[in-house]
Amino acid sequence: MELILVNLIDGLVTGLLLFMLSAGLTLIFSMMGVLNFAHASFYMLGAYFAYQISLALGFWAGLLFAPLIVGVLGAGIERYGLRRVHQYGHVPELIFTFGLALLIEELVQFIWGKNQMPYSVPEVLDFTAFSIAGNSIPAFKIFMIFISISIFIGLLFVLTKTRVGMIIQAALSYPRTVEALGHNVPLIFMGVFGVGTALAGVAGVIAGPVLGTFPGMAFVLGSIVFVTIVIGGLGSLWGALVASLLIGWITTFAKSYNIAMSDILNGLGFATPENMSENPLRDLWTVTSPQIADILPYILMVLILIFRPAGLFGKRET
Amino acid sequence: MKNLSKLGVVSALSLIIGASAAFAENIKIAFIDPLSGPFASTGTNGLHQFEFSADYMVNAKGGVLDGQKFEVIGFDNKISPKESLIQLQVAIDQGVRFIVQGNSSGVANALTEAINKHNKRNPESRVLFLNYAAVDPALTNDKCNFWHFRFDANADIKMDALTDVMAQKEDLKKVYIIGQDYSFGKAVAASAVANLTEKRPDIEIVGNELHPIGKVKDFTPYARKIVASGADAVITGNWGADMLGLGKSIIDNGFDGPIYTYYAAGSGITGAFGESGKGVIRLIGEGQINPPPSDEAAAFYTAFKEKYPDGNVDQSRISNTIGMLAAAIEKAGTADDMVAVATALEGMEYDTIWGGKLFMRPNDHQLIQDMHIQAHTNEGVTFTYDNSDYGVVVESTVKMASMDIASTCEMKRP
Repeated sequence: MELILVNLIDGLVTGLLLFMLSAGLTLIFSMMGVLNFAHASFYMLGAYFAYQISLALGFWAGLLFAPLIVGVLGAGIERYGLRRVHQYGHVPELIFTFGLALLIEELVQFIWGKNQMPYSVPEVLDFTAFSIAGNSIPAFKIFMIFISISIFIGLLFVLTKTRVGMIIQAALSYPRTVEALGHNVPLIFMGVFGVGTALAGVAGVIAGPVLGTFPGMAFVLGSIVFVTIVIGGLGSLWGALVASLLIGWITTFAKSYNIAMSDILNGLGFATPENMSENPLRDLWTVTSPQIADILPYILMVLILIFRPAGLFGKRET
Repeated sequence: MKNLSKLGVVSALSLIIGASAAFAENIKIAFIDPLSGPFASTGTNGLHQFEFSADYMVNAKGGVLDGQKFEVIGFDNKISPKESLIQLQVAIDQGVRFIVQGNSSGVANALTEAINKHNKRNPESRVLFLNYAAVDPALTNDKCNFWHFRFDANADIKMDALTDVMAQKEDLKKVYIIGQDYSFGKAVAASAVANLTEKRPDIEIVGNELHPIGKVKDFTPYARKIVASGADAVITGNWGADMLGLGKSIIDNGFDGPIYTYYAAGSGITGAFGESGKGVIRLIGEGQINPPPSDEAAAFYTAFKEKYPDGNVDQSRISNTIGMLAAAIEKAGTADDMVAVATALEGMEYDTIWGGKLFMRPNDHQLIQDMHIQAHTNEGVTFTYDNSDYGVVVESTVKMASMDIASTCEMKRP
């Protein structure tokens, strides 16, 4: 019973981390109509910048400055790269972001090398907040939850309650009309891109010490972020939140409990074959949930695409 | 003027030809391992150690035979067996006759099969497979062949030595086994269960599971289960980012017993564990680093650090591989006849600078060597890893581990 609570907390941490990545990605998608393949690379840059800054000025300076640098970098890339490619259509834009992802990975390896970086939790937060039945919850995880939730609330407030947010929403759906009303739409797009990448940067800063800071970190997280926004519905902030939490909890619980496929099949009324080593379906019978935990979100995505192609909260038909 | 430039062109040409002729005499060694992706750091550090060993142990001493130099060429296989076979073909086409590989037994299984076939079909361009780290026991048992040599102790040998030491710890009651879901992870788990039930039937194995290799973002749920199971010790064969991720979350979630591992040192892992790993991380492996086993070893390490200030000598078996290959080529008197070189390697006894003797068993091509249990610590460390204050120090040693271990290998000799 206590373990369920522990898993709920762990799943929440994973989910909220995923949300910070997918929130930016989904905003950028609704703006450009194109998936940004390099999004997870900005997450990696956030972790590396924060590590470098933390060496000189400590963790908190890293938390403040690294996302800013990443955001400015992202805005610059939109202004001088993507905007020029935009006129040639969506496919060149896709290829541009794909190339950018490869370029950033190579750059990171060039500057910092291929080793794990010793980027660690600051000493102030390096203690056990509380423990449930012998499972300690590190204070840093509570900190991660706190940061992500405040970012979500802040985003929601800006997008729905402020004038800037209304202009952004209008520009997402009717860019020409908004432009005709005298607003600088390209500037808005640049700003959204910058904020989106800065969010990914924040995720990198707080995930780096826990999940490891190494050149493969963008690759490990890259595909799951796309799955999240497809499940949530492209362009929907609420969808991104719900899908992130859903994925966080599904994978956490699947890893924590050894649910064997043979038990499920037995429960459905199939008898376990006697001679397992000769059986052609041997691999299906012996599979357990921790083994397939990380592919469950992909299965969910396929199901969503079949039964609700717009995603959980999506409004678009595509 | 015209003549002068002609003379220049001719002399430049002859220089190039002369240089390429000298170049062609190099003995090429193809290093096929991941140089990009999640396991890039492990692969790149291995490549540096090969390049350095070749230069330091062979080329700087005048090469082998009549001055032929070793040349190590890196091929990126992205840890994929399919990609490795393509790179193998590229390497063979470039005139490479020696293949070294180590990361992932899945890749090694594919390579050894492909090399066996290639050597049967193309007797004029045979190649040798020097496996420096893929430890799936099958490679020197059911799947053994004449062209494959393993310079690392296989998973069974390591587990045999490790459980010998674990069996002496009276207060050890519960053990949790976790590993990556592929041939090596499964071999470690099977071997751990077999050895523990034989040596200490009273030890309860409270968990035995596999996770996807290189795909887990957050190991927390696995760590929760381990803590919840009440285990006194954890055994894992994880390596690279999977090792650091698993170890970090186990420690973060309040586990304080020993974690017995194979590959939790170097490549940034020692530095990243730092203080948290002290008293927890234990490694089983060959090659004593601290305290330095010999003056030669200390000199080797110092020279390596001069060339690669950010690197570590965390795989001393790499220098053994180069040293034994050079000795075999000298003994065979050729670097072109693979049958002669392989025959020279079989049964070879070699004094390693890392302490003790090495013996290449002729019946299955498994190297027999001393095994050490080493602890991650910052006390008594002469050579640290990752430029941190931490390194590994030998705690106990099993001499010539598993010298008589049985093998199902039926070697077919050409």
